Amino acid sequence: MKLKKSTINNLISYGIVIVAFVAVQLLQNAGLVSRSLRGQLVPICVYIVMAVSLNLTVGISGELSLGHAGFMSVGVFSGVVFSQWMTSLIAMRYDAAVAAQQETLILVVSMFVGGLFAGLAGVIIGIPVLRLRGDYLAIVTLAFGEIIRNVINCLYISIDNGRVHIAFDNPNVAGEIIVNGPAGTRGVDRISTFVIGFALVLFTLFVVLNLINSRSGRAIMACRDSRIAAESVGINVTKYRMMAFVTSAFLAGMAGVLYGLNMTSVQSSRFNFDTSILVLVFVVLGGIGNIWGSIIAATLLTVLPEMLREFSDYRMLVYAVVLILVMLVTNSPMMRAFFGRILPHRRGDAGKGGEAA
Amino acid sequence: MTMRRSTTKMVPVPSHSIVPERDVDKMPVLETRHLGIDFGGLKAVEDFNLTIGKTEIAGLIGPNGAGKTTVFNLLTKVYQPTSGTVLINGKDTAGMNTVQANKLGVARTFQNIRLFGNMSVEDNVRIGLHNQVPYGMFSGIFRMPNFWRQEKKQHKRALELLSIFDMQDMASAKAGSLPYGAQRRLEIVRALATNPSLLLLDEPAAGMNPHETEDLMDSIIKIRDQFQIAVMLIEHDMKLVMGICEGICVLNYGRIIAKGTAEEIQQNPTVIEAYLGRRKEDGK
Amino acid sequence: MTLFLERIISGINLGSIYAIIALGYTMVYGIARMLNFAHGDVIMVGAYICFVAISSFSLPPAVGILLAVVVCTVLGITIERLAYRPLRQAAPLAVLITAIGVSYLLQNLAQLIWTANPKSFPLVIDTMIKDAAVFLGIASPEEIAASSNFGTVVLYTSESGATLRLTGTTIVTILANIVIMIALTQFTSRTKMGKAMRAVSEDRGAAELMGISVNRTIAVTFAIGSALAAIAGVLLCSSYQVLQPTTGSMPGIKAFTAAVFGGIGSIPGAMIGGILLGVIEILGGAYVSTQLSDAFVFAVLIVVLLVKPTGLLGKKANEKV
Repeated sequence: MKLKKSTINNLISYGIVIVAFVAVQLLQNAGLVSRSLRGQLVPICVYIVMAVSLNLTVGISGELSLGHAGFMSVGVFSGVVFSQWMTSLIAMRYDAAVAAQQETLILVVSMFVGGLFAGLAGVIIGIPVLRLRGDYLAIVTLAFGEIIRNVINCLYISIDNGRVHIAFDNPNVAGEIIVNGPAGTRGVDRISTFVIGFALVLFTLFVVLNLINSRSGRAIMACRDSRIAAESVGINVTKYRMMAFVTSAFLAGMAGVLYGLNMTSVQSSRFNFDTSILVLVFVVLGGIGNIWGSIIAATLLTVLPEMLREFSDYRMLVYAVVLILVMLVTNSPMMRAFFGRILPHRRGDAGKGGEAA
Repeated sequence: MTMRRSTTKMVPVPSHSIVPERDVDKMPVLETRHLGIDFGGLKAVEDFNLTIGKTEIAGLIGPNGAGKTTVFNLLTKVYQPTSGTVLINGKDTAGMNTVQANKLGVARTFQNIRLFGNMSVEDNVRIGLHNQVPYGMFSGIFRMPNFWRQEKKQHKRALELLSIFDMQDMASAKAGSLPYGAQRRLEIVRALATNPSLLLLDEPAAGMNPHETEDLMDSIIKIRDQFQIAVMLIEHDMKLVMGICEGICVLNYGRIIAKGTAEEIQQNPTVIEAYLGRRKEDGK
Repeated sequence: MTLFLERIISGINLGSIYAIIALGYTMVYGIARMLNFAHGDVIMVGAYICFVAISSFSLPPAVGILLAVVVCTVLGITIERLAYRPLRQAAPLAVLITAIGVSYLLQNLAQLIWTANPKSFPLVIDTMIKDAAVFLGIASPEEIAASSNFGTVVLYTSESGATLRLTGTTIVTILANIVIMIALTQFTSRTKMGKAMRAVSEDRGAAELMGISVNRTIAVTFAIGSALAAIAGVLLCSSYQVLQPTTGSMPGIKAFTAAVFGGIGSIPGAMIGGILLGVIEILGGAYVSTQLSDAFVFAVLIVVLLVKPTGLLGKKANEKV
C-alpha cells in the first residue's frame, strides 16, 4: 500500500518534469523563448542536478557539505578531457565528420566517466570526512573543495596522437593542450544539449527518489535521525553515509560534464566556495530534504538573475539575506510562532527534514 | 541472606515458569565475566558477572546512577569495556561494535526514546528489518525484481511485528506523533525486528499508566514465548520487575550487590539498605 | 639560511595574525558551541573602518584602530543578537547555514559600500610607531624622515651582506599577539565574567541554574572576539597592504584551522596553532608550490581532525547515550 503510494508519487514527479520539458520545447519551436533564456536551458539543468544531489547529502543524509562545487569541477575536467580524447580517437579512426555525428554518444559516455571520477573523489574524500560530524565535517568538505580547486589549477593536460598527457605544475606538455592550468579548459567542442540535460535531470530524479524509497534510503535517513539508534538495529552508519555522499558526488560530476561541454573554456577558479554556497542556497530555499523544492529553487534562481540583470550587484546580497531569513523562520521557535499566526498554511516545515514527494 | 558466588547462574528456580524447557544449563545467551569500565578514573561498572539463559526474563535494578544503562551500553558495545569480557551466544565480543553486536543477537530500546521520529511507524520497523531483507542499492534504484519481492516481504513482516502490540493500524502514522506509551512499544517492535536472541529494554514502562504497564508485562512474556528469546530489562516499577522477572540483579555504585529471585531480592538487607538507606528497625 | 630564517619570521608574523583571529573562533566555539563563519568577515569590516578613518577622515592611526574595535564590537554583538540567539536551540546545521549567510551578507554589503576594487591599505602600524617615537621623545620627526626604515631591527648581517631584519609591523604584530593572549588567559581565570564563560562552556544548563546569564555571557564572548577581529584586521592589512571585501574570508577559514589545530576552546592552543599554521603556509608556499600553499593549510586541518580531533591542547568530550 505504502509502496504503491510512493511509486505513484514518483511517477507524478517524472510526469511534471516531462510536461515542463515538452512545454519548453514547444515554446522554443514557436520562437517564444528569448535568446538569453535559451542560453540558460543547459545551466538550469546543471543547477537542478547540483541542487538535487546536494540535497541528498544535506537533506537526506543530514550532513552539511560545503565542497559540492569541488565534485562538479572533477566532473568538468575529467569529462572534458575524456570527450576530447574520444573525439580525437574517432576522428583518427574514421574522420572528423563521423566524430561530429557521434556527439550525443560522446556526451553521454563522458558524463558517466565524469560521474565516475567525481564518485571516486567522493570515496577518497568520504573516507576521512565521514568520520567527522557536524561543523567539523562541513569545514573539512570546504577544505577539500579548495584543495581540489588548487590541484586542478596546477594541471596541464594535452592530447597528442590519441594519447593523454598529464603534467603537474608544468605547462610544457606535448600535443594539443586541453586543460591549461589556471586558464582552464580550452577549445572544447560545445556538445551539451538541452535534451541531454533534461535526460540527466530525469535520471537524477530517478536515482534520488528511488534511493530514498528503498532499504538503503531508509537506512540513510535512519543514520541522519539517530546514529545511535541506527547502529543499535545493525545499520552500518559509515556505509550508508558513504553511499549518500558518493552518489551525490557522482551526480554532481555528471552535472559538471554537462556544464564543461557547454562552454568552450572553463577555469577551475569558477568552482570555488561561492559556487558551493550558491547550490546550498538552492537547497535551503527549496527546503532542506525537499527534492521538489530544490528543482524549483534552482530553476528560479538561475533564470531570475538573468532577467533582472540591473540588480546583479544585489544578487549575492539577496541570497545571503534569504539564507538567514529562511533559517530563522524555519528554526527559531519565536519566528515560527509568529508566522504560524499570520499565515494559515504551514510554511515552517521546510527545514524539518521532511521527505520529498 | 545468601550472597551467591559471583559466577553462579542467575535463576536456578524460575519464579513462574511458562517455558517448559527452561534451559539455563544449556548454552547461555549472555555471559559476562568481570566486566568493568571506567571513565577517567571513575569506575562506572566494576566486576560485573552475569549469566542469562536462553529464554529467561531478567531484571536489572538499582538506584539512580548505579550504572544500569552503562551496563546496557557495554553489552551493546556502545562503550568498549576497560576490563572483562562479554559473551553473546558463546561468542566473545571483544573489539566488536554495536552493529556487530546486533548481528550477533543483541537488540535494545533506549531510556530516552530514540525513534526515527520523522518517519512512519512502518518505516521504523522496516529499518529494524534492515538486515533481514537484504537487497542492494542498485536493486533499489533500478527497481529490480528482487526489490519488489523483498519490499513485499518486509511490508508483511513489519505488519506482523506491529500486531504484537496491536499497532498495525497505525503503520502509516508518523512515529514522532504517537503517544508516549506507543512510542515505547514501537521501540520494542523495532528492536524485535532485528531478530535478536537477547532483548534489552531500558525502562520500558517509564511514562506508562498502570493499565499500560500491565499490558506491557503480558506483552513481554508473550514476546519471550513467541520468539523464544531472553529479555533483560532495567525498570524502576517494582511491580513489573517482581511480576515478570525470573531473576533479578541489583546494582549499586557500579557493583552487583545482590542476585536472585524476586523473593530473595525483597528479603535481602543489602538491597533494602541501598534503596532506603540504613534502617533503624527491621524493614518489611 | 638567511632566506630560510626570513621565511620563518614572515611565517610567525602571519601566524600571529591567525592566532588573534583564532582566539575569536576558539572562544565562540568553546562557549556558544557554534562555528561563527562570519568571524573572518568581521576582520574585513574592521580593516575597512580603519581604512576609511585614516584615508577619508585623516584621523590618526590609533584613533582609526580604536574606531574599528568599537564598530566591530557593536557589529559582533548585533550579529549574535539578531541572527544567532534566536537559533540557540536549533540544529547545528541551521546555525552554520545562518552563519554562512551572515558572512555573505557582510561581504556583499562591503562590496556595495566600498566596491570590489582592492584598496591599498596605509602603513598604519608603521605610522603609529613613528608617532609613538615622536611622542615619547625617542626620535625627532626630522630623524624619522631621514631614516628610510625607522622601526626595523636588523637581527643579523651575513658575510655576503644579506641581512635578517624584523620590521616594526612584524614586531608589533607578534607583541600584540602575546599581550592579547596573556590578557585573555588572565581574564578567563581571574574575573567573574571569565569564570562565567568557562562555566557556560562546561555545562550551559548547570551554569544557568547557578544564576549565570548564558545570553549575556555569549554576547560578551562575541564582543571580545569581534574586538580582537578588528585588531587582527588592521594587523593583517598592515602586513599585506591590500584590502577588499573578500580579504577576511580565507584568513578566517585558516584561523579556524589554527583553532582546531591548537585544540578548540584552548587559548594557548589558538596561539600555538596559529603560529605553526602560519609557518607551514609560508614554508610550503616557498619550498613546494606557491599554487598549493592554501592546500597545505587545509591538508593540516584534515590530518589534525583525523589523527587528533581534539587538537594539540584540546579536551575530549564524550557523547552521552
